[in-house]
Amino acid sequence: MHVETAQSNESANLQPDQKPLLRLKNVSKSFPGVKALDNVDLDVRAGEVHALLGENGAGKSTLMKILAGIYKPDGGEVILEDQLVTMSSPLEARDHGVLLIHQELSLVPDMSVAENVFLGNLPRFGGMLVNNRQLNQRCGEILERLNCKFQPTDPLGHLSIANQQMVEIARALVFQPKVVVFDEPTASLTDYEKVVLFGVIRELKESGTAIVYISHRMDEIFELSDRITVLRDGTYQGTFETAQTNEDEVTQCMIGRDLDADIEHEPPELGNKALKVDGLGIEGLYSDISFDVHVGEVVGFYGLVGAGRTEVMETIFGLRKPDTGSVQINGEDLVINSPCDAIDHGLGLVPESRKEQGLVLGMSCKDNTTLANISKFTKFGWIDTAAERTIFEEYMEKLRIKCPGWEYETLNLSGGNQQKVVIGKWLSTSPKILILDEPTRGIDVGSKSEIHHLIRELAKSGLAVIVVSSEMPEVLTVSDRIVAMYDGRITQCFDRNEVTEDTLIRAITGQTV
Amino acid sequence: MKALLDSFRPGLTNREITPLQFFGKHGITIAFFLCVVIFSLTTDKFLSTDNFFKVVMQASIIGTIALGVTFVVIGGNLDLSVGSLLSFATVLVVDLHDKVGPGMAIPLMFVFTLLIGSVNGFLIGYLRLNSLIVTLGMLSAIQGITLVYTGGKNVDISNDENTWFDIFGRGDLFGIPVPALIFIVSAIVLQVVLLKTSFGRKVFAIGGNGTAALFSGLRRNRLVFSTYLLSAFTTACAALILGSRVMGSQNNVGQGYELLVLAGVILGGTSLLGGSGSIVRTVIGVLILALIQNGLQLLGYPYYSQWLVTWVVIIAAVWLDIAAKRGKLFSSY
Repeated sequence: MHVETAQSNESANLQPDQKPLLRLKNVSKSFPGVKALDNVDLDVRAGEVHALLGENGAGKSTLMKILAGIYKPDGGEVILEDQLVTMSSPLEARDHGVLLIHQELSLVPDMSVAENVFLGNLPRFGGMLVNNRQLNQRCGEILERLNCKFQPTDPLGHLSIANQQMVEIARALVFQPKVVVFDEPTASLTDYEKVVLFGVIRELKESGTAIVYISHRMDEIFELSDRITVLRDGTYQGTFETAQTNEDEVTQCMIGRDLDADIEHEPPELGNKALKVDGLGIEGLYSDISFDVHVGEVVGFYGLVGAGRTEVMETIFGLRKPDTGSVQINGEDLVINSPCDAIDHGLGLVPESRKEQGLVLGMSCKDNTTLANISKFTKFGWIDTAAERTIFEEYMEKLRIKCPGWEYETLNLSGGNQQKVVIGKWLSTSPKILILDEPTRGIDVGSKSEIHHLIRELAKSGLAVIVVSSEMPEVLTVSDRIVAMYDGRITQCFDRNEVTEDTLIRAITGQTV
Repeated sequence: MKALLDSFRPGLTNREITPLQFFGKHGITIAFFLCVVIFSLTTDKFLSTDNFFKVVMQASIIGTIALGVTFVVIGGNLDLSVGSLLSFATVLVVDLHDKVGPGMAIPLMFVFTLLIGSVNGFLIGYLRLNSLIVTLGMLSAIQGITLVYTGGKNVDISNDENTWFDIFGRGDLFGIPVPALIFIVSAIVLQVVLLKTSFGRKVFAIGGNGTAALFSGLRRNRLVFSTYLLSAFTTACAALILGSRVMGSQNNVGQGYELLVLAGVILGGTSLLGGSGSIVRTVIGVLILALIQNGLQLLGYPYYSQWLVTWVVIIAAVWLDIAAKRGKLFSSY
């Protein structure tokens, strides 16, 4: 319903100079097991900064990748200057004047700034040798426009991340783009560098370029944008004029209200302190992290990507060495040097990235399930395959893993089922403390809710559970207590019952309360 | 037996299989029988027990080394040092034979060969250096050590009548040549180790996804180390066969073996990226190389023609493998 209101309002107010330069209509995109975008609309005018807002997994990046020709949409239209266009490769998108500035930099560190800027497009003498003078001169002009202090001849690898970001922008400017998409450009920038970047974006805007700006930092969006479009779970939620709305309204729209309704939150019967972390820190990553988790409760770690949550968990699990602080398990001071130690002490970690860290994709479901405690299934070095099958089939039933059989390669499972195999792997080690890092990232709503219920049940059955998540509904659904992190430190701890979405958002964006 | 049968269908899946995928999976077995059929039809000396054992004998040295190297490659690494390691081990065992007698020479040779293997394993497993660079460096370093040791001379066993050392290369048991026996028995044992023990499972895991293996509490460094010990061990076994058969050794006798070994492993379909592979298929791969060599000799082609044919066979095998994974013969970009 929201959709219609937003659209009709707009067409009523549409003035000649506000005609959209770029229009996405009813764009849909599915990945195996997930509907990433469902009939999403977006229109961007020349000379405006249009913010695209949504939680992780809302579909922002997917939408932009469609725009940049990296993904092909399953349905819908892309209209650029009243022309229906198809963009089936980044090259084609570039030819249409649509350029994406990536979240991860895609530069070649060993080449010079100018070579990076003109990569694939180097000015040449008669089509053969690179014309270095023209290269450096043209690059210099662009750098000047961006107020950059470094030289075209500097090796890229010597620049700071912020300056590399500038090079990435310079590279886009070579093509005199009509639309520039910034995908979370400030994630790794300092405040000063941000100011410089914003200056560049404003300058681009004034020269008539349409800018799509993706971020979930409210303050930036309100500082910079003219309009805001909100996505949630792959659906279009509405478009706001920035001047006529406020953070609350937008946040509301972004989060929605459809929490897993039937999950109850009676205060848990707290058992002993299963895990106590005191003053943990690694220089440059995070500092002074202290918290504890009791038997029978779920503690949610909420924060933006890059806040240091994953690094804290990896440290507890023995994958990183802390510079300061200590970890106690069941009241015992421990030094955990490796994941192997961690498993011996009853810890389990469902990692952030199931494909890179969770599964050996080429191995079968059964083999993955027993990987973390293969020694339990081994006598004199000999694997008891029958016992392995029994345990996998047990978890297949318990976690409702949809798969044709124990010998099926995990590569071919959907995201939700892959994640359940990873969870099964850790449950089969009978952990006392289970850490789940982004347990439902990129999986469908159904599996998501199943996993949420499972997490609650695990806590009830006597586990101490930590859930790291960037999704507010998830944190609110599963946690008994919530720890908010921002920029490598804990900003606040909340009880589930006394927290509001607003205070949470403030706590994780560093706005002091 | 089931272990052996299982190995013919690595990566069990329930998907329907296209003809291309079928060739990709079973191409090596088909190629093997194709070689047998072609050579049987073109030369009548080919199909005989004598010739069969000759082929297995020819394959046994490369094959035995390839068994250990298969573990290294499944674990996601390479071992190019086996060629000069073979020279080193053969020279050592032959030279020590006259000095301390075969009873001492053999264990000493094993100790020193494993020592070199553990240097590889330490550098690649614990220091996490690139295996290609480490073993390529080792290839020349070990050759250097061997040349220093021999002073550039070749070594001989002076009295080859009066020693039991010849049993490994020239003896036979129940009518089967001992080299063939060593090769076949090691292959069966290692196939079972690969498929049925937790060590084998862990090697697949570190090669398939080292990060996930680490997150699952596997000690990646120790496992990589072990695979290099294993390849040094099988290389030592091969040196035993070689030294005993020749009863002497040139100081660079193993030169070029590293590539033949790798060719056999690749031909067997073991992925150079790690995570998949099979001992049985490596055996078939090595046998194909030996068959080609043998068949071309019987047909009267010069010795060096086999190199070209081997190259063609390897390219065809790798192409089929890639094409099967990609689902089509040519890349579209």
